[in-house]
Amino acid sequence: MKLVYFASVRERIGRPEEELDLPADVATVGDLIGWLKGRGLEYEAALSEPRAIRVALDHVHARPEAKLAGVREVAVFPPMTGG
Amino acid sequence: MAAALRIAVQAGPFDMAREAAAARAGRSDVGAVVTFTGVCRDEGRTLAALELEHYPGMAEAELTRIAEEAAARWSITAATIIHRFGRIAPGEDIVLVVTASPHRAAALEAASFLMDYLKTRAPFWKKEHPHSGEGGWVAAKGSDDEAAEKWK
Repeated sequence: MKLVYFASVRERIGRPEEELDLPADVATVGDLIGWLKGRGLEYEAALSEPRAIRVALDHVHARPEAKLAGVREVAVFPPMTGG
Repeated sequence: MAAALRIAVQAGPFDMAREAAAARAGRSDVGAVVTFTGVCRDEGRTLAALELEHYPGMAEAELTRIAEEAAARWSITAATIIHRFGRIAPGEDIVLVVTASPHRAAALEAASFLMDYLKTRAPFWKKEHPHSGEGGWVAAKGSDDEAAEKWK
């Protein structure tokens, strides 16, 4: 699955995107964030505050309970500050 | 009422007067055109520039969804949203919203809704570059969430 990162999440993880094979038990957005956090200190630093993390599935905002099945691109980013 | 929607995500500047004229061109049923321009402040002369990061593809898609929602909720004939990205200096424009409608209430409310929603839902992030010292990512404001909540 393709993961893309933006803003402070991108800087802390240290890369803009990566291709990852998810374990079978990672079924939802919430599962994915929990699993990513265990991948290393940089991920833990980027994702330490769940309330400050937003996720989009194929360009659409998603909640923690949203399912990942069939999704091509997952984006992880902090709350938005445009406008 | 089928509204004409125009969404653009671009690095370069926009022409507010031209966009406002285009939003009502060729129609005689428009009684109100509202424009809102968001401008980069100098933050008490401390800011050298803002850097706007965006999520290409989703930025356009989310702005389109927000404009479609405004068109479904208000009797507007046109809605335009133009959002810039990249480096933006104090005094330069960041975002433009234009709405047109037969009556002013719909145009004003729809423009306000578009700004409140895009601030909390459109995937853009501002980083501050001050004249001296460390800059950093702008923190999201709770007041922006509250402003978006009130339209629910």
